[in-house]
Amino acid sequence: MKILVCISKVPDTTSKITFKDGDTKFKTDNIQFIVNPYDEWYALVRALELKEAAGGSVSIIHVGPAENDPIIRKALAIGADNAFRINAEAKDAYYTAFQIAAHAREEAYDLILVGKETIDFNGSAIGGMLAQMLEMPFESMCSNLQIDDNKLTVEREIEGGKEISEINLPCVVSAKKDLAEQRIPNMRGIMAARTKPLQVLEAQDCEALTHIEKFERLPEKGACKYIDAEHPEELLNLLHNEAKVI
Amino acid sequence: MENNNIKVLKGGEFLVRESTPDTIFIPEELNEEQGMIRDMAAEFVEKEVSPLLDEIDAQQEGLIPSLMEKAGELGLLSTSIPEEFGGFGQDFNTNAAMTIAIGPSFSFGVAFAAHTGIGTLPILYFGTDEQRKKYLPGLASGQLKAAYCLTEPGSGSDALAARTKAVLSEDGKYYILNGQKMFITNGGFADLYIVFAKIDGEKFTGFIVEGDSQGLTRGPEEKKMGIKGSSTTPIFLENVKVPVENLLGEIGKGHLIAFNILNIGRFKLCAMAVGGCKAAASVSVAYANERHQFGKAISSFGAIQYKLAEQAIRIFVSESATYWASDLINRKVEEMKASGSSYWDAIMTAAEEYAIECAMLKVMGSETLDYVVDENVQIHGGYGFIEEYPAARPYRDARINRIFEGTNEINRLLTVDMLLKRALKGRIDLMGPVKAVQNELMSIPDFNTEKDTGVLAAECKAIANAKKAVLMVAGAAVQKLMQNLEDEQEILMNIADMMMEVYGAEAALLRSLKILNLKGETIAQPYIDMTRVFVSDAMERLNLHGRHALAAFAEGDELKMMLMGLKRFTKTEIVNTKALRRSIAARLIEANKYAF
Repeated sequence: MKILVCISKVPDTTSKITFKDGDTKFKTDNIQFIVNPYDEWYALVRALELKEAAGGSVSIIHVGPAENDPIIRKALAIGADNAFRINAEAKDAYYTAFQIAAHAREEAYDLILVGKETIDFNGSAIGGMLAQMLEMPFESMCSNLQIDDNKLTVEREIEGGKEISEINLPCVVSAKKDLAEQRIPNMRGIMAARTKPLQVLEAQDCEALTHIEKFERLPEKGACKYIDAEHPEELLNLLHNEAKVI
Repeated sequence: MENNNIKVLKGGEFLVRESTPDTIFIPEELNEEQGMIRDMAAEFVEKEVSPLLDEIDAQQEGLIPSLMEKAGELGLLSTSIPEEFGGFGQDFNTNAAMTIAIGPSFSFGVAFAAHTGIGTLPILYFGTDEQRKKYLPGLASGQLKAAYCLTEPGSGSDALAARTKAVLSEDGKYYILNGQKMFITNGGFADLYIVFAKIDGEKFTGFIVEGDSQGLTRGPEEKKMGIKGSSTTPIFLENVKVPVENLLGEIGKGHLIAFNILNIGRFKLCAMAVGGCKAAASVSVAYANERHQFGKAISSFGAIQYKLAEQAIRIFVSESATYWASDLINRKVEEMKASGSSYWDAIMTAAEEYAIECAMLKVMGSETLDYVVDENVQIHGGYGFIEEYPAARPYRDARINRIFEGTNEINRLLTVDMLLKRALKGRIDLMGPVKAVQNELMSIPDFNTEKDTGVLAAECKAIANAKKAVLMVAGAAVQKLMQNLEDEQEILMNIADMMMEVYGAEAALLRSLKILNLKGETIAQPYIDMTRVFVSDAMERLNLHGRHALAAFAEGDELKMMLMGLKRFTKTEIVNTKALRRSIAARLIEANKYAF
């Protein structure tokens, strides 16, 4: 089984998010970047488990400049066999999916795994776009994935229960929590990462379809008002006249 | 390695030689792989250890051993073991980074440090090839857990007064060990015990004793003030037969093992403490930002900002000093290996060379930790006293660090004792600089009132002068008291404290200047600020220690002259430390964690 895992670079979950250039750009000073947790913890680890159970290979793909190589090597340290980096800024989801699709067409992967979303812009678009571009079936937000006889059984949580479906390979699957358990890279993996192949590919011509106009913060939370339990009418008054919600 | 042409600083030589930023290593220079190893250790603590702290402290059966095995699977137990023995052969800087990351793991950290340090290293450094082949792979994987048995009920700091005896059996195949060991970390579950005993009651010698040996009994767990999860038991040895091939090192040379391993152990303790400090300081900052009183976050109050900044300053100093020493040890090991020494000889020589720095680091690291966890409780106010909040555990767990691996008092005494012995043996030239300082005392003082310009120029000058203050006090104490100095422990403590102030100040200065050179002024600014505050305060503390020492052995005109000299050598430009601390605190508050 030949598996491709798409990884993205995102700010560490504890980062303080600020913007610059009139709130049009994310300020990256002093920000620590990590592999997008949905890509690393679930998509990559499940791919490695499939390989460990049935053989094959796990490749990594990332769209980004050379300064992002450390996050690719982290994925290699966790256990991927090799990596590809498309040497371009990931302008938007369409652009990124286009680049990955161009590579995937050449390599004939059996399974392409992505995280259900990246934790920076929460787009959730790459998996679906990729499947459309490659004309493959797509299952989103899977929390369980089994392979049997060239058929994939995936489980998705839906309102009030689960949906279990079977799809044919090759396909694209987006990974959600519970698909696998996070792995900490070990010393052997870390030391092997520097010798694993990391191939840099030039980007294909493609226009981004979206651009960011502006980022806006949520308004600051106002002060909390305490109302005496003996006077519920005061609550009604405030909700009606001040908050104007009833 | 950079600057091979520059003569590497010898142990203790920082006191008589100036170093430049390019000769030191700073954590900002850790490469990607070293960073990954550090992050792996931090992830292990965060994901595997931190969620189980209560269970660990309740000594849940088998929990610490199973975590040790998990650490072994990741390779964390074998980073310093050479590859030929199943390890990863990482250098001291990498191990420092990894150990700092393991630091905030409380009782687990104690078990981890005892196993990887004083438990494993005696076999690694002093074992025969057979012993290494037999035990190191198991110690590296965590299948074997190790403990170190030096302390006895009647001998703690005075380790060589041990009463445990070893007698060769009649057939010459075994040593028969009898005695009792006390406060043994990992005692309750270890598979291997490094035991020190006197052959025929005289020759102090190390032995590898397997845990299932007949006659070896693990005593009950001690009820401790802190690190409640770590196993601490007495070990009873009653006619324990130890095969002669398990004798460690040479007969009668156990002190070489015991003391050299402790050098590394002290270095590791400091690194662990620095890691604990960083975590506790992060807890302080986050709580101060979250806790509101009088309608504001308490982090907006100057009294709290002072504490947050001071925590950061002391951590920054201790961490800078740790990496300065780790890199010196590294360089010495490489230098020795390049000149044909074996790995083992190189490590032992380097550990001995920097024994002074290791002793100082042990004191600095453990006392910084105590300060940080104490203020962490204070910042939490009443909640700091409540178990549910993350301040009580660090507070009680920190305390032991000033006691084990040689009490801080012993390490202070050793710091000065080793320095004087080195000078006496001509290993470093102390007397030349002492004489130069004495001559300077007699000469007309420098009345140059021009302000020092340039970043940290005033601090550079202050540190150079501070060294003179130490040399003046130490030199006069030796000349005046001669052999009696060793009985004047209060004076030795003063001198040790002065040495540590200088060592810490210079480490901070060099790191700040190196960051400035590598990354520019904006990034270097908080480091520069921290250095300025530390140096300013350190000069006052130096003056006080110096006064105490001088008043204890000098009098009349001589005392007057030296006090004037002390004043001159500890003089600093007045610094607005309040403003600088506020600016440091602002960085912490914005980052919502320890940010350096």
